[in-house]
Amino acid sequence: MRAVADREGVRDTGMEAVELDRRLAATWSTPPGLWGALSTVDHKIIGRRYIVTAFVFLALGGVLALLMRLQLAQPEARFVGPDRYNQIFTMHGSNMMFLFAVPVMQAMAIYLVPLMVGTRNIAFPRLNAFSYWMYLAGGLLLWIAFAVDTGPDVGWFAYVPLSGPQYAAGKRADIWAQMITFTEVSALAIAVEIVVTVFKQRAPGMSLDRIPLFVWSMLVTSFLVILAMPAIMIASTSLILDRLVGTHFFNPAEGGDVLLWQHLFWFFGHPEVYIIFLPAVGMVSSIVATFTQRPVFGYLAMVMALIATGVLAFGLWVHHMFVAGLPRLGESFFTASSMAIAVPAGLQIFCWLATIWAGRPIFKTPFLFVIGFIVVFVIGGLTGVMVASVPFDTQVHDTYFVVAHFHYVLVGGAVFPLLGAVYYWFPKLTGRMMSETLGRWSFGLIFSGFNLTFFPMHILGLQGMPRRIYTYQPEMPWSGLNMFISLSGIVLAAGFLLFFIDAIRSARSGPVAPANPWGASTLEWATSSPPPSYNFARLPVIERLEPLSDRSDPLGIVEGLYTDRRELLITGVVEARAQARESSVGSSIWPLLAALATSAMLIWSIFTPWAVVWGSIPIAVALIGWFWPKGDPEDET
Amino acid sequence: MKHDVVLDVTELPAHGLGTASLSWWGTLAFMLIEGTGFVLSIVIYLYLMSVAPRWPLDTAPPDLLAGTTLTVVLLVSLIPNVFVTRWARSQDLRKVRMGLIVMSLVGVLPLILRVFEFPAMHIKWDQNAYGSIVWVMLGLHTTHILTDLGETVVLTSLMFTRHGDNARRFGDVADNAMYWNFVVLTWLPMYVCLYWVPRL
Amino acid sequence: MGLLSTGALVSGCNGSQSALNPYGAPAIHLENLIIGIVALSAMIWLLVMVMLVLALRRGRGAETEGRTSEGRLTMTVSAAVAVTVAIIAGMTIASFFTTRSIGVPQSAAVTITVRAQQWWWQVIYAGSDGTPTFQTANEIHIPVGQDIRLQLESADVVHSFWVPSLAGKQDLVPGRSNDLLLRAEKPGIYRGQCAEFCGLQHSHMAVMVVAEAPSDYARWITSQRADAMMPADPDAASGQAAFLAKPCAACHTVRGTQATGTTGPDLTHIGSRQTIAAGLLETTRGSLAAWIADPQTLKPGNNMPMVPLTSIELQNISAYMESLK
Ligand code: HEA
Ligand code: HEA
Ligand code: HEC
Ligand code: CUA
Ligand SMILES: [Cu+2]
Repeated sequence: MRAVADREGVRDTGMEAVELDRRLAATWSTPPGLWGALSTVDHKIIGRRYIVTAFVFLALGGVLALLMRLQLAQPEARFVGPDRYNQIFTMHGSNMMFLFAVPVMQAMAIYLVPLMVGTRNIAFPRLNAFSYWMYLAGGLLLWIAFAVDTGPDVGWFAYVPLSGPQYAAGKRADIWAQMITFTEVSALAIAVEIVVTVFKQRAPGMSLDRIPLFVWSMLVTSFLVILAMPAIMIASTSLILDRLVGTHFFNPAEGGDVLLWQHLFWFFGHPEVYIIFLPAVGMVSSIVATFTQRPVFGYLAMVMALIATGVLAFGLWVHHMFVAGLPRLGESFFTASSMAIAVPAGLQIFCWLATIWAGRPIFKTPFLFVIGFIVVFVIGGLTGVMVASVPFDTQVHDTYFVVAHFHYVLVGGAVFPLLGAVYYWFPKLTGRMMSETLGRWSFGLIFSGFNLTFFPMHILGLQGMPRRIYTYQPEMPWSGLNMFISLSGIVLAAGFLLFFIDAIRSARSGPVAPANPWGASTLEWATSSPPPSYNFARLPVIERLEPLSDRSDPLGIVEGLYTDRRELLITGVVEARAQARESSVGSSIWPLLAALATSAMLIWSIFTPWAVVWGSIPIAVALIGWFWPKGDPEDET
Repeated sequence: MKHDVVLDVTELPAHGLGTASLSWWGTLAFMLIEGTGFVLSIVIYLYLMSVAPRWPLDTAPPDLLAGTTLTVVLLVSLIPNVFVTRWARSQDLRKVRMGLIVMSLVGVLPLILRVFEFPAMHIKWDQNAYGSIVWVMLGLHTTHILTDLGETVVLTSLMFTRHGDNARRFGDVADNAMYWNFVVLTWLPMYVCLYWVPRL
Repeated sequence: MGLLSTGALVSGCNGSQSALNPYGAPAIHLENLIIGIVALSAMIWLLVMVMLVLALRRGRGAETEGRTSEGRLTMTVSAAVAVTVAIIAGMTIASFFTTRSIGVPQSAAVTITVRAQQWWWQVIYAGSDGTPTFQTANEIHIPVGQDIRLQLESADVVHSFWVPSLAGKQDLVPGRSNDLLLRAEKPGIYRGQCAEFCGLQHSHMAVMVVAEAPSDYARWITSQRADAMMPADPDAASGQAAFLAKPCAACHTVRGTQATGTTGPDLTHIGSRQTIAAGLLETTRGSLAAWIADPQTLKPGNNMPMVPLTSIELQNISAYMESLK
C-alpha cells in the first residue's frame, strides 16, 4: 500500500508495518549519547531513571536504618552520638518519604500510565524532564549536606520551635526545608502531567469505566498531591522566612503559634501517606487481576473506595496531634473520621479476597508479594485504627508502637506491592525477566525479616520505649527485644540485597521477555517489551475494560496520524471520543537548564533573601528558552 | 498481528482548542495548586487571628486607599482581558497584538499600586505574626501578578514574530488571559481578608 | 513470634515504665481499652487470614468445583463492610467514654506545675494560704489515691510528659498550658520519660513520680519547703563556699544561700532526690562528683558546662550536694 503524503507530511494510513516503525522511530527516538540523555523527554527513559534513582535512595535510607539498629542494639551504646543519631533518623525518615516512597510511586506512573491509557508520551514531556532534574537536585542537596555534617536533625516533621531560628542554629533545618521545596515542585509537576494525561490522552473508547484501576489510583493520588502539597510548601517557606528574615509565624512571643506548624504539616502529612499507599493499591489490583486470571471483583466499588480514601484523607490530620492539647471534643471527631478510613480500606481488601476466591491464582513472585501485602497491611491498618483512638494514642503516641504501625503500612502496605510491581513490570521496563528462584528467596527473607524486625516494636512501645531516642539505659527492660530487632534487621537487609542483586543481574542478562509474559490484559502489554520510543505503532481503540482479555478479538486501531512529527490523540474526558490530533514536543535541553537555574536560586536563598530576586533572572531566561517556538514540525497546526 | 482499523482521524484538527487542548487543562491544574496556596494563606491569617488577643496585633487596620484602588484596577482590567480572549478564539492576529500590548501595560498598574499597599499595612513582616502573614499574602499575590505580567510580555513579543500566527499561540494567549482572570479573582477574597476582616 | 511476644509482655511487668503495668486510675482505664481493642483487632486479622487461606486454596483446586456467583460474592463483601462499620462505630464509642474517664476533674486535690526545659523537668509546687511556693526538679511527689492536676508548660521547645504506669502522655507546648490528670493507686516510684523529640538529649529526659501515703507526702512537703540546711560537716562547708564562689551559683538556686540562678535545676534538696540529671544517675556522692566533673561526657550537649575544679573542690562540692537532703 501507498503511504499518504499531503501538504504537511506523511500519514500512517495504510502504511506497511516495517515502514511505519522506521518512520516513527526516526521521529520519536531520543538521540544517542550524552546530549540525548540530558535532553530526552521520553516518559519511559525518564520514568526508568526516576525509578532507579528512587531505589538508590531506598538503599541509602536502608543503610541509615541499619546504622540506627546498630546503635540501638545495646543500651548506652556509643557507635554514634546524639548529634549524628538525630541526623540519621531525620535523614532516614525524610529520605524514605520524600526521596523514595512518593517519587518511586510517581515514577512508576510516569512509566506506566501513558502505556496503560494507550498514548505515545506523557502530557507536558518537558515538565516531566524538569521534574526529574529537580528531584535529583533535591536529593543531592540533602545527601551532600549530610555527608558534610550539615544533615537536618529535627525529625522528618521538623516541629517548631526546635527547627526554628532559636533552637536550630546553622543551616541544617534550612536544608530540610529547601529539600521539601525541590521534591514538592517535582511531585506537583508529575501530578499535573498525570491528571492531564489521564483526562485527555486516553485511547479512544477508554471511557471512565474502562480505565485500569492502577490508572485510577494514580489519578486520585495526583489530586491528593495537588491539594496537599501546597500546605507543606507554605509551611516550609514560612519556616525559612522565620529563620532567614525574622518573621514570627511560629513564635508565640510575637503572636505566632507553635501548633500552626503542626496543623500545616499534618494537613499535608496525612494525605502524604495515602499518596504513598494509593498507588500501591493500584499495583495490587493489577497484579491480582493478572495472577488470578480474572478481572478484579467490584470495579466500581474499588474506584469509589479510592476516591473515598482520597476525600477522607483531608479530614484526619489532627490524629497526629492527639496529645498536643487540642479540645477533646474536636479530637473525638478525628477519631471517628480516622476510623472511617477502615471502611474503604476494608472494602478493597474484601474485593481482592473475593477476586482470589473466584479466580485461579498462579503463585509467581509478584503474587507472593501481594499475599505478603495482605497479611502485613491488615496488621498495620488495624494498628492504625488503634492509634486513631484518642485515649489509646495517649499511651502509644511517639513510641515504638507508632514506629511499628507506620512501617507495617509503609513497608508492608506500599513497599511490598512495589517490589511485586517491579517483578511484574520488569519485563516491560527492561525487556528481560527477573529470576523466579531469587524472587522467591528474596520474598521469603523480606517477609520474615520484616515481621521479625517490626512486630516486636509494638511491644517495646507499650513497654514505654519512646521513639527518636539515640540510646536507653541498661535498667530499662528493652535491651533484649532491641537486640532481637537489630539482628532481624539483618535478615530483612539480606532480602533487599538479594532483590537488588536480582534486579541488576536480570537487567543485564535475564531471559528475554515477550510482549506479554504474564498473559495480562491491560494495554501496556499490547506493545513490545520494552516498548519502542513511540509506544504503539498504531494507537489502540478500546472497547472493554480489559482490552487484551480476549485473544480472538484483536485490538481495533487508529489511522490517519502523521509519522513525521510527534503526534498523538486528544480525547474527551468522560467518553474518550477522539477530539483532535495533537503534537507532543521533542527533546530539549531547556528543562535541564531551567532546573539548574531553579536549583541555584533555591540553594542560594538559604543564605540570603536577595537570591530570590537575582536568581529569578536566569530562571526567566531558561523558561523563555523552553517555551519559545523553534519552528519544529511539532509547532505546526 | 492483524489489525482492524476502526477509527480514522485524518479529518480531526491537528491541534486541540479550548478544553480539547492540553495546555488549557495544565493551566487549570496549576490554578488549582496555586488556588489551594491562596486559600491556605487565608486560613493561616484567620488562624493567627483566632489565637491573638486582639487583631490586628499592635497596630491599626490597614489604610483602604491603595488596596481598594488596586482592586478596582484589577476588576477593570478584566474588560480588555475578556476581549483578548475573544480575539484569541477568533484568531485575529492584529487585534490580539493590540490587546496584548494593552494587557502588558495594564499589568504594570497593580504593581505600582502594590508599592503603596505595603506601607498602608502599618506594620513590617518582622514585627509580629500579623505583619508576617500580611506581608506574605501580599507578596504571594504580587508574585502572581509579576509572573503573569512576564508571561504576557513574552507572549506579546512572540506575537510579533513569525511564530505568532499559529493556532497554538492563540491558545496560549487565551490560557494566559484565563490565568489573569484567576489572578484577579483570587485577589478578591484576599482583599476582603486583609482590609475588612481587621475592621470587624 | 507468639511465644516471643507473650514472653516480652510478661517481662514488661517488672519495669516501672510500661502502659501494660498500670498503677493509676487513668492508666488502668487505658489498659482496659488497649486490651479490648487489641483483642478485637487480633480476631479481625485472624478472620481475614482464614478467608485469605481459603480463597487461595479454593482457587488452586479443580476447575470443576464450580464458581461462586458474582451475586453471592457481592453479598459477602457487603456484609463484611457492614460488620466493619459496626465495629469501628463500637470502637469510636468506647474511646469516647474512655476519654471522658481520663479527663481532668474540677475537684483535683493538688495542682503541680511542670515546666519542661531542654533536658530536664522543673517542678513547681504552688504554696496555698501563705505557705511558700517551692521548686524541685525531675521528681514529683504525689499522695496516693488522690486526683492530681498537672499543669504542663514549656520553657523552650515541645516536650511530652509521659509516665505510662500512671497516665497517658500530654505535650508541653511553648506558649500554651496543658492539663493532665495523674493518680496513683499504690505507693511506689514510677518512671516516665519525655516522649516528644526535643533535641540532643531527648533520650535522657526522665522523670520520677514518687507516690506515697498522704502522711509521708505531707512530711515531704514540709521538708521541701524548708531552706537548705547549713552544712555541718567541714568538707561540705568548704564545698558550699566553693559552690557559691564558682559559676554554679549563677545557674542554680540553693534556697537559704546567695545562689539564686535559674538556668539549671533548683538544688536546695538535691541530696534527697532519687536521681540526678533527669534520671541519668542515681544520687550518690560518687555520681554527683562524676556529673559535676564532666557533665558533657555523661549527657552530651546538655546545658550545664564543665566548670574547671580542683579535685579537692570537686570532692567538697559533691559532699555539699549530697548533704542537701
Ligand atoms: C502508607 C502509609 C500509611 C497508611 C496506609 C496508614 C493508614 C492508617 N493510619 Fe497511619 N501513619 C503513617 C502511614 C500510614 N498510615 C505514618 C508514616 C505515620 C507516622 C508519622 C510519624 O509520626 O512519623 C502514621 C501515623 C498514624 C497515626 C498517628 C499516630 C501517632 O503519632 O500517635 C494515626 C492515628 O490515627 C494513624 C492512623 C491510621 C489509620 C486509621 C489508617 C487506615 O488507613 C488504616 C485502614 C486499614 C485497615 C483498618 C485494615 C483493612 C481493613 C479491614 C481488614 C476491615 C476490618 C477492619 C476493622 C473492622 C477495623 N496513622
Ligand atoms: C517508606 C518508608 C520507610 C522505609 C522503607 C523504612 C525502612 C526501615 N526503617 Fe524506617 N522510618 C520511616 C520510614 C521508612 N522506614 C520514617 C518516616 C521514620 C520516622 C523518622 C522520624 O522519626 O523522623 C522511620 C523511623 C525508623 C526508626 C525509628 C528511629 C527512631 O525513632 O529513633 C527505625 C528504628 O528501627 C527504623 C527502621 C527501619 C528499618 C530497619 C527499615 C528497613 O525496612 C530497611 C530495609 C532496607 C535496607 C536495609 C536496604 C538494604 C539494601 C542494601 C544493603 C543494598 C545496598 C546495595 C546496593 C546499593 C546495590 N525506621
Ligand atoms: C550555665 C549553667 C550552669 C552552670 C554554670 C552549672 N550548672 Fe549545674 N546544671 C545546669 C543545667 C541546665 C542542669 C540540668 C542538666 C540536665 O539534666 O539536662 C544542671 C544540673 C545540675 C545538677 C543535677 C540536678 C538535678 O536535679 O538533677 C547538679 C547536681 C548540678 N547541676 C550542679 C552544678 C554544680 C556543682 C555546678 C558548678 C560546679 C554547676 N551545676 C554549674 C546548668 C548549670
Ligand atoms: Cu524533652 Cu524530649
Ligand atoms: Cu495520619
